[in-house]
This record gives sequence, structure tokens and C-alpha cells, in this order.
Amino acid sequence: MGLKLQQSHHHSVAAKVNEQMGTKRGYTFIQANRAWIPKFLLLWVMVMAFLSIWIYKKMDADNKVRRKEVLSSMCDQRARMLQDQFSVSVNHVHALAILVSTFHYYKNPSAIDQETFAEYTARTAFERPLLSGVAYAERVIHSEREKFERQHGWTIKTMRREPSPIRDEYAPVIFSQETVSYIESLDMMSGEEDRENILRARATGKAVLTSPFRLLGSHHLGVVLTFPVYKSKLPLRPTVEERIEATAGYLGGAFDVESLVENLLGQLAGNQAILVNVYDITNSSDHLIMYGHQNQDGDLALLHESKLDFGDPFRKHQMICRYHQKAPTSSTALTTAFLFFVIFILVGYILYGAATHIVKVEDDFHEMQELMVRAEAADVAKSQFLATVSHEIRTPMNGILGMLALLLDTDLSSTQRDYAQTAQVCGKALITLINEVLDRAKIEAGKLELETVPFDLRSILDDVLSLFSEKSRNKGVELAVFVSDKVPEMVMGDPGRFRQIITNVVGNSVKFTERGHIFVKVHLAESTKPMVDAKAETCLNGGSEEGVLVSGARQFKTLSGYEAADERNSWDSFKHLVADEELRYDASINTTAADEASQNVTLMVSVEDTGIGIPLIAQDRVFMPFMQADSSTSRNYGGTGIGLSITKCLVELMGGHISFISRPQVGSTFSFTAVFGRCNKASFSDTKKSNAEDLPSGFRGLKAIVVDAKPVRAAVTRYHLRRFGILVEVASSVKIVASACGKNGSSCGSTIQPDLILVEKDSWLAGEDGGLSLRMLDWKQNGHVFKLPKMILLATNITNAELEKAKVAGFADTTIMKPLRASMVAACLQQVLGIGKKRQPGKDMLNGPSILQSLLCGKKILVVDDNMVNRRVAAGALKKFGAAVECAESGKAALKLLQLPHCFDACFMDIQMPEMDGFEATRRIRMMESQANEQMNGDMDEGSARKGEWHVPILAMTADLIHATYEECLRCGMDGYVSKPFEEENLYQAVAKFFKAKPISDS
Amino acid sequence: MLGLGADRLRADMNRLLAFLFHQGILDEQFLQLQQLQDESSPNFVSEVVNIYFHESEKLLRNLRSLLMDREFSDYKKMRIHLNQLMGSSSSIGAKRVRNVCVAFRAASEQNNRAGCLRALEVLEHEYCFLKNKLHELFQIEQQRVLAAGVRYPMQN
Repeated sequence: MGLKLQQSHHHSVAAKVNEQMGTKRGYTFIQANRAWIPKFLLLWVMVMAFLSIWIYKKMDADNKVRRKEVLSSMCDQRARMLQDQFSVSVNHVHALAILVSTFHYYKNPSAIDQETFAEYTARTAFERPLLSGVAYAERVIHSEREKFERQHGWTIKTMRREPSPIRDEYAPVIFSQETVSYIESLDMMSGEEDRENILRARATGKAVLTSPFRLLGSHHLGVVLTFPVYKSKLPLRPTVEERIEATAGYLGGAFDVESLVENLLGQLAGNQAILVNVYDITNSSDHLIMYGHQNQDGDLALLHESKLDFGDPFRKHQMICRYHQKAPTSSTALTTAFLFFVIFILVGYILYGAATHIVKVEDDFHEMQELMVRAEAADVAKSQFLATVSHEIRTPMNGILGMLALLLDTDLSSTQRDYAQTAQVCGKALITLINEVLDRAKIEAGKLELETVPFDLRSILDDVLSLFSEKSRNKGVELAVFVSDKVPEMVMGDPGRFRQIITNVVGNSVKFTERGHIFVKVHLAESTKPMVDAKAETCLNGGSEEGVLVSGARQFKTLSGYEAADERNSWDSFKHLVADEELRYDASINTTAADEASQNVTLMVSVEDTGIGIPLIAQDRVFMPFMQADSSTSRNYGGTGIGLSITKCLVELMGGHISFISRPQVGSTFSFTAVFGRCNKASFSDTKKSNAEDLPSGFRGLKAIVVDAKPVRAAVTRYHLRRFGILVEVASSVKIVASACGKNGSSCGSTIQPDLILVEKDSWLAGEDGGLSLRMLDWKQNGHVFKLPKMILLATNITNAELEKAKVAGFADTTIMKPLRASMVAACLQQVLGIGKKRQPGKDMLNGPSILQSLLCGKKILVVDDNMVNRRVAAGALKKFGAAVECAESGKAALKLLQLPHCFDACFMDIQMPEMDGFEATRRIRMMESQANEQMNGDMDEGSARKGEWHVPILAMTADLIHATYEECLRCGMDGYVSKPFEEENLYQAVAKFFKAKPISDS
Repeated sequence: MLGLGADRLRADMNRLLAFLFHQGILDEQFLQLQQLQDESSPNFVSEVVNIYFHESEKLLRNLRSLLMDREFSDYKKMRIHLNQLMGSSSSIGAKRVRNVCVAFRAASEQNNRAGCLRALEVLEHEYCFLKNKLHELFQIEQQRVLAAGVRYPMQN
């Protein structure tokens, strides 16, 4: 069923992911119309094709219009010229007519004869460029024919040069120009056209034209112009009869249109391009051609007609022009259209490309987004899974461990015990791993929150060191911690996480270090910089040259003399730090007060070891989870490699960063910074009370000399002693101390008279054994009143033989085993100096349910839980141990029951309760108590009646043993916690704290 | 004969318990509960378990009515009920019920109503199963006590 649930849960996750994606997927315009893009392209191409065709058409039409205009203007020009010329000629013929009438008829005898006429006309021929010749025919009536023939001496002939038949009247040519002399004596009335012409001319009195016909002689197409000549002056408005009557003769001229027009057009530009036809259109159905070819070639599509007016109203002429060649297709229009088409096709293609690219990119983007969402979901699922699984594993593991603990309590054979212990150790290791994984998952899920409570950094470091002291001592590795004095005593932060970081890093170092030292150093991050620059030599005792060469091996000025990876931690820089502090130490209280101005303090913690170091290739993945230097590492040293990655996360959560320097086979130095809050004085004193490991103050003012050739180590020792308020001098060798003491002794202690002399084992072994004791003897003999300084040997590990030797040499007092930590040093010093401190009743001695029974028997205990079953179970469990149990089902009920004064010895409080939860209830109870206490302090009598103050121990009952919950418990005034389903050991541990003093007296 | 019967009943009970443990219906907390039972409180376990049944049935009823409500949205209240049920279940060592509660709570934290309904069904099923088994167990226990009671004066 569980599996099913899990699945459904996954479904819901997937659904959620989809939803998320649906909302996230913002469709752009292009994206929405992606299917249309190729169609758009096609449409674009078509539109562009139409456009370019239209452009071509338009340009072509423009061309045509221009062409037409050109044609019409050319045509009109020609027509006008022809007309002008023609009218000039006509005018001249008119003039000739008047000349003939004037000189032939009005003069008697006639002033004109054939010769005169011929000459005159020949000389004025330039005036009539269009006329091939002119002639004058006289009107002869039949009755006068004989007379006329006689007079002229020739007979009238027809056009066919035959003697003319008898007619009413005749019009024989009497004068002619030389060019047309062949028509002399011909009767003009015999020709059809001429006759018609003559009749019309004399009726109208104007110049008239024939229709075009082949001219005599030249056989060119031509027209004949006929002018009437009148005998007498005509009346002002003559009638036709009057005109006919007055007619004396006719003047005619032949227009050789063909050649003349040819001439005329030859003078004009552009005559090659156009084709000109001149028509007589008197008969509108049958156009007679006057000029030009009848066969229609040239551009038939385009022609222009121009009217010609030759002065004869009866005749109508027109000129038609057309181009020789058809209009060439315009290349500019073609290229323009084509280029337009090409350019816009390209533009379209570019747009299309861009659109498809956008679509593609967006698709990719969406795909990526989807993948990212999926990856994130997977990551969350992974973290959830990890958290769930590790939580689920922890529960049975706790069962296993509990059962193993119970098993170990029973009677077991040694082999069985061994097996069970091994199983327990393994189980604990597994729990640690699971906790780490859980941490990691929590950090990744962002659920890990750091708390800020005041804590003592130094004691935490001491704790961590004591954890590893056994291991390091076995290995012979020196383990030391040094905290700069500038680091405030109490800082605000997460002590649990800080401890975890330190434990991880130091644990790693311990794991990988087989010789040399591990050195934890804490100082303010700000003070590192000036230290590096500081070149000022310090006033430390002991030449730095000493100890550089010992027994031929190169010694480094580090804690143990082994080379360390990071030179910055060696003595050269370290002494600046120490010296700096030395200077400040005197005025330390003032300066720290000044420092407290800023709210935060950044600490720089470095852990230096002389282990195997990290291979260069592995250095960049040190902080990656589950990465170890190589696969053989876990084989040789164990571990999962998750520790450092968690450490890194934690450090980053603390607002710092972690880095390391490592040299293979030399060692590594991990250093990290972390930001902590400063502690204000009020909370400082508060928490200090609850701090179990308070340093004894009984050593304040003592003087001590530390004999150590290694300055770093000496500084560490001094740091520890100084924490007790002991004044410390450092000497580099026993001899110096001895001589100094000797001198001082004789001069009655002008400088310090040491109460303690702490000698490092190495320094002691290095110096001659006898020397010291001799000196000491000397000293003793001097017989000063001062008590002798206590001799203490400091050692990391010591063999029994050495111990004996030490005792002989004078270290009878004690040996302090390293690593130094405050509580142990205090204990040793107390022992040595005999400052009394009664031993605490060791909790380690007590164990088992019988003890629990003795602890709880007769105690009145209040159980607060809203859950009836839980209440019943808890009550049952406590009753079993002999306690008198009362129950309350809510925080309010508990408050009522705990109204002062009451007689409860302890209270077990559930945390999760409706209405008022355990924290709140506890807070109120504590408030109540403190009010009562104040009152009590007011009147002392009552106070003395009830010993001490009101403070009922409140223990939280909780199902989840998260560290944060625990801290929360403590913060609201609880004294401890027990896990919900009661476990004996757990219960005992919690209860023992409060009832430890009482059982002996009670039972 | 009667003594043998008591032994057989004890064996039956142990088998049943072993089965319940094997199936993960109960866990070691139940054993601890049994350890709390002694002469001073001879019916401690059944007493506690009966309280548990009483409480749980109330809670289950509430949960069902909450979930059946059409405009249902009070996940918080549901979680409170679930926490209660979880706490009491882990107190008596009803492991499966507790685990289903965990899943239920997870579903309610996601406001997943369908999941909640499914989980509720599973929970009711598990609860009934547990109740039947525990009743069975108590019956055997009672018989055993009776048998032992019969035997008791004989031994004296």
C-alpha cells in the first residue's frame, strides 16, 4: 500500500510539473503561427511577383506614353511644316495669278509672253519649293477657238496630244514654266481631274487641289493646284455665275508630293525612326495615298494622325505617322522589376530564416526549460527521497541500537559481547552516515536553518579535541588548539553546526595523519592581514635559531616540527599573531569592549595537519559529495567522502568560505571563515550559568614557566594556561629556566617566581637529564621561603619507562597528557596544587533500570500530553519506575496544576499540543516561577523555608530528535528531552541530570 | 491438560505476535508496552489499546467527515488529527498505521485530496486489520490468563 501511495505521490509531482510548464510556456506570435510560416513565405513570393509585374507594367506604360507623345509631336511638327510650305507655295501661285491677270489682261497689249513667263517663273521657283512647275491656261470658248488657234499658230490638243474634239470651252496652256513646257497647248479641260479642278476653281475663286494622281512626265504621285484668273475686277460679293463669266484663264501648278515631302522630311531630325504617310481623305471611305508606301510595315500598334490644311476647303488631307520599329521592351523596367523581385525575395527569405530560427531557438528553450523543470523536480524528489529514506532508516536503526544496548546489558560471553559491540559500533557509524546524508539532503532542499544561540567556542573546540584525543594519542600525533584572545569568549551562532564542521575537518585530519601534528587555530579574520605584513620583531624569549637543526634532520617551525603544507601557519607568521596578542593582552578588557562595537565577528579557523595530503589531481573535487581522493582511500581509511561537502555547505551557510592548501606527503591545511554574532553581556551571563563546564577560577594569578623548544607548541600551552588566568613565560630549554631561576632565586625574585614549571617531553629528553634535577636541588638548597614550583611534564604519549624516568628526574607531581583541553588541565592542576574540588558523583558509575528506579522512586511527576494513549503509556512507564504520576491533557491544565506552590518534582511535556504547545506552556511556567522567585528574594524568610528557587525540571517529549528542536527546547526553558516512545536509556540520561544528587539521600 | 492449554495459548500468542512483527504491523514499542504491564497494572496493555481504539475511531471518523465535506479545505485540522493518530500509534507500536499516517500527512501537506482519500481508505483498512489482530491477541491472552488462573491455585 505504501508503494501505491508513493506512486500516486509521484503522479502528483509529475502533474504539477506539467502544470508548471503549461503556465510557463508563453507562446509568442511566431510560435503560435509556426505552421503558417512557409505559407507566409509563399504568399510573400507571390505578392512580390505581382508587385514586380505591376512595376514593370507601369514603367512600360510610361514608356509608351512618352513614345506616343514623341510620335505625336514629331508628326505634328512634320504636318505643320508641310502645311506651311504648302501654303507658301499656294500664296505664290496666287501671286502669279494676280501677276498674269495684271500684266496679261489689264495691259493691252499683253506684257507677258511665253518667254517672260518662263523666265519669271524659273527665277521665282525657289519661292515654290513644293511645285514642280506652273503653267497658265486660257479660257477659250468654242466660238473663239478658231481665232485663238490662228492667233497662236497651233491647235488645241487633248492630254493625249491629239487635236481636241469639239467642246463648249477649252483651257489650253499658253504659258508654262520650262520644267513643264511639255504641256503647252494641251487642253487642261480634257483631263478629268484638271477639268474638275478648273470648274471648281473658277466657281470658288480660290486655290483648289486635285486628288492625287500620277503626274504627267514624272509619273510621281502628285496633286495639281489650280487658281482662277479673272478678266475684270469682280464685285465685292460675286456669285458663281459672275465668277464664271469673269474667268479669263487658270493658273495651275503640280505638286510632286512624293519627292517634295521626301525632301522636306530629309531636313528634319529623326526621320529614320518614323514612317510618314500623307492621305487625301476627301472621300472618307477611300483614302487616297499621297505620300508613303501603301504596304503597312512598321509599328502598327501606334500611330498618330495629324490634320493637314492645304487651303482647299473641299479637300481634306491628313498625315499619319508611325514608328519604323516596334517599341523595344524596356530594359530598365525589366531590370528594375527583376531587381525589386530578387531583393524582396531575399528579404522574405531572410525573414523566413529568422522566423524559423526563432521558432527553433524557442523550441530549444522550451525543451531546456522542460528539462530544467524535470531536473529540478528530480532533484527535489531525490532530496525528498533521501530525507524520507534516511528518516525511515533511522527509526529501525534506533531500534537496532537500542536492542544492542539492551543486549550488552545482559550476561554475554566475551565473544558474544565482542560481536554485539561490533554490531553497535557499525550501527552507530551507519547512523552517522545517515545523519550526514540527511543533512546534505536538507541543505540541498534549503531546509537547513542555522540557529543563533550564544555558545563558548573554546569549550566546543575542547570537546571536539577530546573526541579525537584517544585516536591521536594512539597514533602519536600531537593535537592542539589555539584560540586567539581577540576571539570573544561567547559568540552567537549555531554551536551544533560549528561543532560538526570542526569535527568533520579535524576528523579528516586525524584519519589521514600518521605522524606529526594536527593544529586547530582560531583567530579573527581581520587580524590575519596586518599580521602578514608585520615585520616588527617580537620580544619573545628564546633565539629562533635554536631547534632548527636537531639530530641532523631538518626541523620546521611548526607545532611538531614536521613540515606543514601552508607556511603561513608556521611560527614565522604565527609569532606575529602571538606577539600582537601579547601587546594587547594587558589592555585586553578595554580593547575587547571597543571591538564589540561591531555586531558581527568573522572568525578564521584553520586546521593544519601533517598527513598524507591530497593528491593534486583530486584537489579540485575535494568538496564534491562522495568524492574521495581515489577509490583506495575509502578502502584504507574508510568514510564516504560526504563530510567535506556538508562542511562546505555549512560554512557557506555561516557566511564564510572554506579553502585548503595541500601538498601530497606533506600535509593539508584547511581553513575556513565563519561569521558569528557578538554576544551582549546580558545573555552572556545567562548562558554562562547553564554552561556545564565552567572553568575554575582558582588558578588566577599563578605564574608558570613553559619549557618548550618549539615556539608554536609553547604558544598553545600558554594559551591554555592563560585561560585560567595563569601568567605564563616561555623558555626554550630547561637550562635557561634553571639558570634564570637560580639567578632569580639568589636575587630574591626580582622577576617572576614560578608556581609551575611545565616541561615539554621533547625538551626534557633533549636536555641532559641530570641538569634539571641538579638545578632543582640547588634551588632547594638555597632554601627560599617560597614554595617550590611544581614540575609538570607535558606529553602526547609516554611509555612507562619514560614515566618512571620522569618521576626520578623530578616530575613527581604529574604528567599532563596532550591534547590539552581546559577541563583536563584544570583537573590536573587542581590535583597538583591541591586546590580542593570534590569529585562529582560520577554519572558513569550508575546504570541500569534499577538505578532509574532509585532515581524516580517516590517522585511526583506530571505528564502533559494531549494524546490520551501517549499519556497513558508515559504514565505507565514512569509508574513502573516507582514514580507517582499525574496527568494533564493540555498546556493550560498543566499550568493550573503547576501553580505555585506545588509538589511536583518533574514535568514531562509534549511539544506538539493544540491550543498551547509545549514550548509556550514551558515559557509560562518559567515566567511564573521567576515571578515567584523575585517575590521570594524580596522576603527572605519564606525563601529560606523552601530551599533554593522554584525551578521544576521540564522535559520535552518529542517524536523527532532533531537537533534544532532540542535547541528550541532549551531556549524556552526546558531542561532536556526524551524521545516519545520512552526508551529506558534515554529516559535515564534525561532524568539523571536532575535527580543525580538526590537518590543517595532519598534511598 | 489445562496447563498444556495455557502453554499452547502462549505459543499461539507468540506466533501471532511474531506474525504481527514480521508483517511490520507492530514494532518493538508494543513489547515495551507489554513490559510495562505487571502485577500492579495487570490489564495495562489492553487498557491502553482500548483507549487507543476509542481515540482512533474518533479521529478516523473526524478525518472521514472532513474529507467527505464537499468544500473541504481544512488541511490543517486534518494534520492535527493525523499527528494525534500518529503519536498514539507510535506509542502503542502500531507501525503500519503510523506509516500510513505519514503518507497521509504527506498527501495533506500537498493539499492532494485524491491522495488523502486513498490514504484514508488505506488507513481504515490498516486500522481494522490491526484492531482485529489485537482483539484476537487479547482474546488469546484472556484465555491464557484464564487457563493460567485455573492453573495457578494448582501450583500453589
